Amino acid sequence: MNPSLLTQFRSIVGDRGLISSPEELHTYECDGLTNFRVLPCAVLLPTSTEQVQAIVRVCHRERIPFVARGSGTGLSGGALPVENGIVLSLARMNRILEVDIPNARVVVEPGVINLDVTVRVQRQEYFYAPDPSSQSVCSIGGNVAENSGGAHCLKYGFTTTHVLGLEVVLPDGSLVHLGGKTLDTPGYDLAGVFVGSEGTLGVATRIILRIVKRPECIRTLLAAFPSTNEAGAAVSGIIAAGMLPAAMEMMDNLAIQAAEAAVHANYPDCGGLLLVELDGPVAEVEALMTHVDEICRSNGAREIRVAQSETERALVWKGRKAAFAAVGRISPNYIVQDGVIPRTALPQVMSEIERLSKENGLRVANVFHAGDGNLHPLVLYDRRISGQEEAALALSFKILELCIVAGGSITGEHGVGEEKKSMMAKMFAEPDLATMQRVRCAFDPLQLANPTKVFPTPRLCGEKPGEYVLHPLETAGLAERF
Amino acid sequence: MDAATQPQSTTLTRALHDQFVALLGPDQVRPTTPSDAVSAVQPQLVLEPVNEQQLADALRIANEGGLAVILRGGGTKLGWGNPTARADLILSTSRLNRVLEHAWADLTVTVEAGCTVQALQQTLAQHGQRLAIDPLWPEKATVGGILSTNDSGALRLRFGALRDLIIGVTIALPDGTLASSGGKVVKNVAGYDLPKLVTGALGTLGVITRAVFRLHPLPRKTCSFSIAVSNPDEAQKSVLAIQDSKLAHVALQSHFSVESTPTVDILFEGTEAGLDAQAAHLRSLCQSAKISDAPMSVWSARQYFWSFSDSAETVIAKISILPADLARTIELIRRSADSSHLHWQSLMYATGLGWLLLEGSADNFHGALTSLRSELEKMGGSLAVLYRPSNMPEFDAWGSPGNSLLLMKAVKSRLDPSHTLNPGRFLGGL
Repeated sequence: MNPSLLTQFRSIVGDRGLISSPEELHTYECDGLTNFRVLPCAVLLPTSTEQVQAIVRVCHRERIPFVARGSGTGLSGGALPVENGIVLSLARMNRILEVDIPNARVVVEPGVINLDVTVRVQRQEYFYAPDPSSQSVCSIGGNVAENSGGAHCLKYGFTTTHVLGLEVVLPDGSLVHLGGKTLDTPGYDLAGVFVGSEGTLGVATRIILRIVKRPECIRTLLAAFPSTNEAGAAVSGIIAAGMLPAAMEMMDNLAIQAAEAAVHANYPDCGGLLLVELDGPVAEVEALMTHVDEICRSNGAREIRVAQSETERALVWKGRKAAFAAVGRISPNYIVQDGVIPRTALPQVMSEIERLSKENGLRVANVFHAGDGNLHPLVLYDRRISGQEEAALALSFKILELCIVAGGSITGEHGVGEEKKSMMAKMFAEPDLATMQRVRCAFDPLQLANPTKVFPTPRLCGEKPGEYVLHPLETAGLAERF
Repeated sequence: MDAATQPQSTTLTRALHDQFVALLGPDQVRPTTPSDAVSAVQPQLVLEPVNEQQLADALRIANEGGLAVILRGGGTKLGWGNPTARADLILSTSRLNRVLEHAWADLTVTVEAGCTVQALQQTLAQHGQRLAIDPLWPEKATVGGILSTNDSGALRLRFGALRDLIIGVTIALPDGTLASSGGKVVKNVAGYDLPKLVTGALGTLGVITRAVFRLHPLPRKTCSFSIAVSNPDEAQKSVLAIQDSKLAHVALQSHFSVESTPTVDILFEGTEAGLDAQAAHLRSLCQSAKISDAPMSVWSARQYFWSFSDSAETVIAKISILPADLARTIELIRRSADSSHLHWQSLMYATGLGWLLLEGSADNFHGALTSLRSELEKMGGSLAVLYRPSNMPEFDAWGSPGNSLLLMKAVKSRLDPSHTLNPGRFLGGL
């Protein structure tokens, strides 16, 4: 990078806020998806909104693309640097600015760790509901970019449900406030558009979150089924009975083996393990738990256990949340996917995955958020064997195609990022993508914010979109046009 | 209304008329009657396309012809927002009214925009499910209409707003594009969340032609209680104490008016055993207060605001505040209303959203609304006027747009550059 630009950046963030030596830059060459790597020109670590604005203004003036980065735990390459661009790390903007218990709001900077929000309000018995498996390390800013979910979003909703307002530095360096502490602020729901836009619309520098009161009780049930088909039927039975559990998670035999090897969660050895969590008032939960128990038994559950203590419950969840990393115990390498299917398509999609697995000679472990049909197939492979990585990648994309055919989505919570942008053209028609691009152009006409992600083909933003017809009122000077 | 103040209307040429007839057929193009008037201007034609493609094509022709298009579903909230700047055509979704797919085992539904909320709910109820919202006039209001106006009621506390329930949308843009975003699954982060962009946009970005929603089971049992309190401070204390408790209520609202002491209503849903325990918990929480069973009709309270007797002497506004500013807000309402000699009542949900009814002489509304809006905006809140008498002095419906108006205008100009859709009705002339 041109030394005068580095000097400009240094004058904004100071020596400590600028990384430009190649050795140190390697830390930022990828995120949680490690098979894509790009070395950024520089990494900047601002400590305030004003610094973010100043950096982005330089980028805007010099046409330098930038990629905002939180903790770098993303699994789709969303924080992958772009060629000739800089990385804006928000890790040092990590203050919890305000805790407002009576209004159930918390205001944070983007670098605050997800779990720290809950830790901060747990004495008052509140929690921050979105709980991605990486919650002890991932940042709220990253969660906002990806619209992160987690096991409990079945009942509580996703990041977007819990973000009420945002302070955003737009790609030209200007500052806007979207949404607010109160609901239904006048105008378009641009906070709703920004959440989940994967860093392509600007940089969030302050986030207003909603927190939730802890329920009176939480009960977690583990049911062991001969296969995922019976477990899936039990999930459908629970939904059909009119219940909305806080979470419903499923693991197949390979995933159970991995979790056992890694954290000794004491899971029963079976073909399909279902975890059902209910929360709410004690009397309500107990009445419903009896019903869940009956539904599991009538669908062939061989063994049913209810966690008897908070420690037991924590262990059950530890196994589930560690499942991705645990696969490392049974395979040197793996690719995790994030497709979503309508819940009812589960048996058919599972048998297709099994068929693909056999055909390609690659094992696939399955962990899913069964309540909302979010599959996390883990394709196991060994990088040292020539051709296996390519085969594994191809297989994981075939699974996403199955999801699209079943009426689902290519991503439920990990985002499109770099990894799945080619799949966007399979999920959406050209006019759908073009319309999204028009929105992008409204925020970022020069396409500087994370420019190469999400969309399969870049598109230039014309300054005058559509056909511009002068209205008679304008010619008469009676109306203004913007 | 005299010609000088009447919104401008572009002359709809014979050629354009013939294009609409050729596209839609003669039965779906009709001249308007006075009952089709929108903010006192009578557009020239009503178009009633029967499918999405027809709607998109008709919109494109109107856009190319420089016509101003007013969108209409059930026609229940056409007066919301500012009076339209122009109105040439009414594009009605009344014939796009099918429930396309109720995937009950997946708890989702795909429905066309012109389907009424009531018809949708009846279909969903066959499998014990619902769209968990309680909009105004469900027998007439359409899916597209409640989405465009972001109409929500008491159930929002537990189930969220429409933005939280919509998972997919198809919109027609003025250039004739038909675009979908989101999908049919609840969990989906592929691409931008355009369902949220068009929810609450008052039809100014595109025409919603279909929507996909996540559903909830119908409640097994419900029960409601009213808590009598002596003043707004006590009402606020009760509401905040309930919100801070472990009760699993689905709705919580309080009523205030000039002539009676406030009441707080709470709604529970669940199993019989669960409801009994909740009722006991509620009683122990509000020891000194008077608690009585409440009829389900208390949850339609906001609709009663609209059954006013004198349309020339009524204002209805939606207000938004922080929940802990409740008592202060009621005091501000009382002060503004008193100083302008207005009669008032208010219904506030625990979410901080609420409704205000003012009654009195049309000349007195302006001062009361201006001072109240200014106070609420200082507290980070807002006040939107949804109904006002036509003889009241001009008053912006939406209030301060904040610092994102330029960005909103940029979005608008990318999707509806010619201001074809509902011109002038939304915030800041969007």
